[in-house]
Amino acid sequence: MKAAAFAYHRPESVKEAVNLLDEFGDDAKILAGGQSLVPMLAMRLTHFENLIDISRIGELNGIDLCDGKIRLGAATPHAYVGMDDEIADSVPLLTLATPYIGHFQIRTRGTLGGAIAHADPAAEYAAVAVALDAEMDAVSSRGTRQIPAAEFFTGLWETALDPTEILTAVHFPVWGGRSGFAVEEFARRHGDFAIAGAAVGVELDDDDRVTRCGVGLLGLGSTPLRGSAAEEALLGRSASDIDADEVGDIAMRALDDIPADLQGSSAYRAKVGATMVARAVTSAITEARNA
Amino acid sequence: MHELPVEISVNGRGTEAVVEPRLTLADYLRERCGLTGTHLGCEHGACGACTVLLDGHAIRSCLMFAVQADGCEVTTVEGIASPDGELSPVQSALRECHGLQCGFCTPGFVMSITALLNENPHPSDDEIREGLSGNFCRCTGYQSIVNAVHRAAESARADAKSH
Repeated sequence: MKAAAFAYHRPESVKEAVNLLDEFGDDAKILAGGQSLVPMLAMRLTHFENLIDISRIGELNGIDLCDGKIRLGAATPHAYVGMDDEIADSVPLLTLATPYIGHFQIRTRGTLGGAIAHADPAAEYAAVAVALDAEMDAVSSRGTRQIPAAEFFTGLWETALDPTEILTAVHFPVWGGRSGFAVEEFARRHGDFAIAGAAVGVELDDDDRVTRCGVGLLGLGSTPLRGSAAEEALLGRSASDIDADEVGDIAMRALDDIPADLQGSSAYRAKVGATMVARAVTSAITEARNA
Repeated sequence: MHELPVEISVNGRGTEAVVEPRLTLADYLRERCGLTGTHLGCEHGACGACTVLLDGHAIRSCLMFAVQADGCEVTTVEGIASPDGELSPVQSALRECHGLQCGFCTPGFVMSITALLNENPHPSDDEIREGLSGNFCRCTGYQSIVNAVHRAAESARADAKSH
């Protein structure tokens, strides 16, 4: 199918873009890489009178490392995130998550900010943002505010962004020490939306005790979720005492809204989710112990 | 809605038109440029038949509006063989390995394989399967296509040695 007619705007600065959002309000949508929005327009699942293409705004690109955080411009394409050495060194979860996003032809166009602002519950970068307590820069004509990942994802494809705000950058904390990271997800075919998945980071002290951990869950709710129960089960424990399967089960028992659809029932998703958490916990701990 | 002018270089030739913003790049190529080698299967980014190169990188031309490609360089399957008609190594390998049957998906495969080998001239079997996972073929099965990618990579290596 073809998208219904819309007006197209291509601002050259964030300032110009937010002025357009002020002008059009709910009748406008930001177009970034378009890899989720364009199919939704084509299938007429959604429609906007105005599309504001932010893909040529130079200030939305760029990677800056400072104060223990890395700031990624919202327009950074997935393909770039997946290949960049600085990102691989500072936020390995992003690098590990990238190959699971669609296919390489999608990753050419899709952007980090677009994926997070689209807020699909199965979005890999969104789960990483939740796991690591990332912060989002939201810019409107009134100024900039930072939104923590924990408050950003409010519902299915819904975020805390106001209709007049643009997500311009995401700040990811950089972990040091003896850390390990892993992303595991299961889909029936490579590149499909995940049935369930997990992004896990752990940091160990010199006695192999877990001093910090982050667990992000995808495909297991109406938003990407934080696996807080799994984190509690890991924190302070000695790596050799951790039963990864048990952590997976704990993570799933804490969820009350696991979706059911043609891909599988809630019970099936919970079983897959527990396995993904267990595998990711095992890999992350193994990597941290060898670090 | 307000139509907009676009200028897009297609297979090295400048093209321009005034288009509705909702016109996809795929439809621009097929209907405005007459280049019907770019096929449309699903029109929502799943099947890969419409894959083209945008500034050298593989993309779905159904997931991009022509107005977004203003000022860009596009390569379609028509731009892959040399000007005298000699098939590219990827195209030859697909023919030699029987990597096509009805041919509907083939232009998308040619573009994806071309991009894959540009970025990774010596892909492993797994890397090939990963690289082809975004293109659907509904008749030959994929083994012959995977064989063709190996063959194309080998012939590119042999060419490099002989020069």
